[in-house]
Formats: sequence, structure tokens, C-alpha cells
Amino acid sequence: MKDGHLDGAPPERARGGPPGLTNAALGAAGLGGFLALCEAVPRLGVVSAEYFPPVSRIADALAGELGDGAFWTALGDTLTGWALGLAIAVTAGVLAGVVISVVPYLREATASTIEFLRPIPSVALIPLAVLLYGTELRSVLLLVVYASFWQVLLQTLYGVRDVDPVAEETARAYGLGTWARVRHVLWPTALPYVMTGVRLAAAVALILAVTAELVIGAPGLGARIAVAQTSQAVPEMYALVVVTGVLGLLINVGARTVERRALAWHQSVRGEVAV
Amino acid sequence: MLDVRGLGKVYEGSGRRVEAVRDLTFTVGAGELVCLVGPSGCGKTTLLKCVAGLLAPTAGEVLLRGRPVTGPPPGMAVVFQEYGRSLFPWMRVAENVGLPLKQKKLPGSRRRDLVADALRSVGLADAAGAYPWQLSGGMQQRVAIARALAYEPDVLLMDEPFAAVDAQTRADLEDLVRGLWRERGITVLFVTHDIDEAVYLGERVLVLSASPTVVQEQLRIDLPPERDQLHTRVAPRFAELRTHVYAQVQAAKRGTAAVPTADAPTVPGRTPTPPAT
Repeated sequence: MKDGHLDGAPPERARGGPPGLTNAALGAAGLGGFLALCEAVPRLGVVSAEYFPPVSRIADALAGELGDGAFWTALGDTLTGWALGLAIAVTAGVLAGVVISVVPYLREATASTIEFLRPIPSVALIPLAVLLYGTELRSVLLLVVYASFWQVLLQTLYGVRDVDPVAEETARAYGLGTWARVRHVLWPTALPYVMTGVRLAAAVALILAVTAELVIGAPGLGARIAVAQTSQAVPEMYALVVVTGVLGLLINVGARTVERRALAWHQSVRGEVAV
Repeated sequence: MLDVRGLGKVYEGSGRRVEAVRDLTFTVGAGELVCLVGPSGCGKTTLLKCVAGLLAPTAGEVLLRGRPVTGPPPGMAVVFQEYGRSLFPWMRVAENVGLPLKQKKLPGSRRRDLVADALRSVGLADAAGAYPWQLSGGMQQRVAIARALAYEPDVLLMDEPFAAVDAQTRADLEDLVRGLWRERGITVLFVTHDIDEAVYLGERVLVLSASPTVVQEQLRIDLPPERDQLHTRVAPRFAELRTHVYAQVQAAKRGTAAVPTADAPTVPGRTPTPPAT
């Protein structure tokens, strides 16, 4: 056995040099420049400080928000709506996707309906949500679930279609039943697609959660932004907008981390391998 | 052990009717190593899929230990040509080998023993924790062979398993398969398009005709059981058998009947008696 040893080297990620460091420095410099600009523009009187307060005032307002218990309650409400809605959408999307793919003829039968329902903007359902549930959490959930469900469902459908016929035949030849093939072949094949769907759905879910609170008035960050706006608390309004932005950023970073962990075996993650 | 009787397969779809396999009859005795060789596109893979129970034949039947094969039977393991697609990249080597055993509902300790033993047999004991894509092509095919061994099959089917590896690795793997066959006494049906490989490995070679496929000739390989790459391949008898099979495959391509060359011990009739083992 000449080649009996294990010659798989650990994956090499970076291509020469330490680009991580310089990239981080450049990113920080860019952000610093942007903040300085936002500070300077209203102070120089280019735009009215009344509608566009300088960064320092927004930072003050943000600090004030962070010290206010009501802010944390609102943040909790938004995150609850987001997480609950996303969880429902992911579960339903994955289950529906797998069932539609596994049951014969179901894909063909549902395709046109999916293509009809999918483009309906979730915000168009706001009147329906208000009629059904008023300003309750369920209103937010309806919109969040509707928007994110399609992302997950479509990615699951694509992923399941990607199953390799040789892998499938191998599984059958070794006596794996339908359930075992779903678990050991279909699900791992679809997982990279599902992960992409979840990441997209997580971003969309946050947008819809804030939108629902803003428009319907369900408790949360969106409703707090609306209150700040109507009471002329402009710096506070901007501070809350910044918070929603940071939230979106954290959600994306989190989703990518989960993706990398779960798909360590996948081509897109494992990088170059010396063979 | 394995009986193929009057097997036929016709593909029908989109207005086209393709008769891939017409009428195949042969037997593989217990503990025998039989090679199937034929011109490319002669329906070797179709035949193997029918035998494995992955494809339903349109005529005839396949019997394993006297029982008709209607789906993948429990006593049969398959090694595919496309090792990279047949091994699951999301599982480590040991998990790949052990997965079919889990389905067999073997207890954990027995599974671990079988996996370790199979990996040792193919010389990959230290690769158990690696992912298949961290290994070279030849090593990946070894893993696929280990998976088949651990399954403890009555019959091992191999579908052009070494068509995608380089010549040196191929020679190593041929010796590995022959060694495992002698050591473990498994029944092997080996499909290949490589005439040298068929003669080198087989105890018996079945030459298939061009599509629609029938058995063109059955040939007993009367080379000594001890074979090695260096001496067997230059033995005069090897050259004779190889030339004979080559002529048969060429005749099969042209669609003519078998031409008798040399003094090859052709097995007469359609239902040959397998050699005693």
C-alpha cells in the first residue's frame, strides 16, 4: 500500500500575506471617515441639523436609549417577533420543501401556485394582518412568516433537486429505506441551499418585523421609531435606526458563522485541499 | 449463487425504444470471480443495475441464492465507478463505511469491529477520521471497497471500479481486489471494458456482444491462482487468452459470431457449470 498514508493537509484559506489585518484597518478607516463626514455636514450647515443631527448628538441619544428600560423591552419585542417568525418559516419551509419534492407529482401540482403567491409583497398583507389580529404580536408574525417562508421553501426545493443520482443509487444498493435516504442523502445535499435560504430569510424577517411595528404599531423598535418621529425626537429616531442596522449586521454575521460550522465539509467552506 | 436468466431490458421514453440488453443468461458460482467484458455501450451498466435490483428488467429474472431479485437485496454490495459521487462528502471515512451497517441494525461494537477490519484490509486504517475529499482518487475507491467489505455481502458487484484512476493505482487496486477475493472467499461479479484487467483478475470471463446484448462467449481463465502484475502479464498463456478475448470483443463490435482463435477453453452452452471452489 504505497499510498496508505493520509495525505490530506489542513485547508489553506488565505492566499499569501496577512490580508485580514490590512482589510480590517481599511474598513475601520472607511467607517471613521463616514462618521466624520456625517458629523461635519450638519455642523457646516450644508443640511439642517434639525433633520440631520451630527453624529455626536445621535451617539448621545443612543447612550440615553441604552440606559432606558423601555428601549430594552422594545428590543426584546422586536427580537421575539423576528425569532419566532423565522423559526416558524424555517420549519414550515423545510418541511414543505422536502414533502413537495419527495411525494411524486406534488412539485408539478404546486409549482404554479408557488409562483403566484411568492411575488406578493408581504407588506401588501398589512391590512389583512390588522383586520385579523390588530396590533398583536400575531400581526407581526403573519408578515414575517409570509416573507421568509418563500425564501426557505425555494432554496429547499432547489437543494433537494441537487441530489446526486450515484449517491442515491449507492444508498439504495446498501438497503437504505426512504426515511434513511432523506436523512443521510437528501438532507445533507440540501443543507447548503437551506442555509442560504435561512440567511436570506433572517434578513427579510428583521425588515418585516420592524416594518410591521412601524406601520401597524405593534410594540417593538419600529413602534418606538414612529413615536420618536411624531414627538420630534430626531436624534433618538436616528439612534433607533442605527440599532436596527446593527441588529441586521449581527444577524448576518451570526447566520454566516452557523453556515460555516454546519457545512465544514462543503466545497464552498473547506477551501483548497492538497491531494 | 447468482443466476441471471433470459435478462432483457428495453428503455422506452419520448418515442424512442432502445433495447439495451436482449437476452442474457449466465451463472456465478459461490466464491467465484467472474469478469464481464464487452465493447463500450454494450449495456454493461444496465445489466449490473438489473442484477443489483436498482433497475427492473423488462424480461427474464435475476436470482440470488435462488430468490428472485426485485429490489436491492440485502446480500449484495456495489462498488461504483464514480467513487467521488458514491462516497458521501459530509461523512468521515469511518461513517461512510459504517452507514450501511447502521441500516442493518448491527450493534455498535460489531459495527466498529467490521469498519476497522474493512479499513485495515484495504490499507486505510489511519484514514478513518478523514473526509473522503481529503484522500486521493485511489484511496477513495479503497474506501468504497472497504464499505462493500464491511457489509459482508454474498455477492460483490463492481461496475468498472478502476476506470477513473491512473494506471499504477489501478494495478495496486487490481491486486487488492484479487487478494481480498482469495482471502475472504467472496463471490465477485466484475464489470470492465478493459480486456487485460478482465483476464488478469477473472477466473472466468464473459464476453458480451454489442447492444442489444447477449453473451458472446464464456471463457475459463486457466492461469494459476497466484497472479502478480510482473509475471502474469508477460506469461505466454496470458497473451493467448488476452488475444482471444480481444478478437472476440472486436467481433462483437462488428456484430459477427464468435471466431475461434488459439485453444481457448470456451465453456459450451448457455448454462455452464461453475467450477468447484
